Amino acid sequence: MNQSEEEILRLLENVFDPEIPVLNIVEMGIVRSVNIVQNEYRIEITPTYSGCPAMHTIEKDILDLLNSHGIKNVKIKRIYSPAWTTDCFSESTKTKLKEYGIAPPVINIKEEFLKINRTCPFCDSDKTKTISEFGSTSCKSLHYCDDCRQPFEYFKCI
Amino acid sequence: MTNILDKNIQNALFNYILGLGDDRLILGHRLSEWCGHAHILEEDIALGNIGLDLIGQASAYLSLAAEVENKNRTEDDLAYFRNEYEFKNFQLVEQPNIDFAYTIVRQFFFDVYEGIFLEELAKSKFEQMAGIAKKSIKENIYHTRHSRNWILRLGDGTEESHVKTQTAINDLWKFTGEIFSENENDNILINENFAPDLKPLKSKWNEIIKSVLNEATLEMPENIGFSSGSRSGIHTEHLGHLLAEMQIVARSFPGAKW
Ligand SMILES: [Zn+2]
Repeated sequence: MNQSEEEILRLLENVFDPEIPVLNIVEMGIVRSVNIVQNEYRIEITPTYSGCPAMHTIEKDILDLLNSHGIKNVKIKRIYSPAWTTDCFSESTKTKLKEYGIAPPVINIKEEFLKINRTCPFCDSDKTKTISEFGSTSCKSLHYCDDCRQPFEYFKCI
Repeated sequence: MTNILDKNIQNALFNYILGLGDDRLILGHRLSEWCGHAHILEEDIALGNIGLDLIGQASAYLSLAAEVENKNRTEDDLAYFRNEYEFKNFQLVEQPNIDFAYTIVRQFFFDVYEGIFLEELAKSKFEQMAGIAKKSIKENIYHTRHSRNWILRLGDGTEESHVKTQTAINDLWKFTGEIFSENENDNILINENFAPDLKPLKSKWNEIIKSVLNEATLEMPENIGFSSGSRSGIHTEHLGHLLAEMQIVARSFPGAKW
């Protein structure tokens, strides 16, 4: 094995979530572990939502990237526990989301249900309304800002 | 873990997880039938998203079932190459969409059940199954909020929406008895702390349903003549048609990839 587990993890920072191309799969917490077992790189990944259709693309992107670095013996396993959660998003991840135009998740799902209005990622106004609780992907909802008159997406707490 | 299980328990677990997968696969498929047909775009997206969550959960359960069975079958083999009598999903989830009221009532009955059930399944001693359950808990919170809000709007909406929703409730009620029934297979797992005991959960389900229907000015039907048998492969006439559509491509081109 030429590359260490740490080096593989660093490489995987070049695989981005196909739905949110400003976040890589390591900072999103989709990559759970990289282990070398019996001459094989075993990578565990976890879905954001159970039905996340991006998982197939992510698996393919991981294999393509590692193959292009001459790393062939890779096994990817999907795991479900512990469940993926937005509660672990770092401040820098949230800032990247906001700069990309997606309102980042609030502290947790309880807070989200209490505070009805999402904050507009463009002008920081709270004078917004919900257009749809389900958006273009499972992880987002749709909103409209009454101040800057822009529609925007919000990354739901899960 | 699965290779040290007693044969009886292994078999019971396989059947049980298959049932969990089938419930979500069939309901997810029903919701997918709405794609492009809902009355507003937002609702089309909502039903599609909920269906996708359920099919994702089904995929996780069916992969696990295949692993427990240990006979070289895959989740796709289980989804596409079993016949009607081998499916174990609740009769409730195979009921046709008919109209938006039926779809929402069916979903609401299932979502409330799922919310109560998942909390218990997440405590299972069989960790892989508990993991999938835990993963689904927050997804279910969004699903339940969606179906509950619609029950309120439809029940307490126009006269037409009220009548349609009450009709759907009355028609689908007979399928809600078996979602809390237990068979011998379940009892083996309950004894091992692998599966939750459903009996104490039924009253909780009844309470929630009653309070929401009440708020929506809808009536709770009387408990007479519940239909049952789905976990042993007994289904209504609707499942066969659904499977024909769901399985046709996989069966026409076995092993096809795209
Ligand atoms: Zn704004």
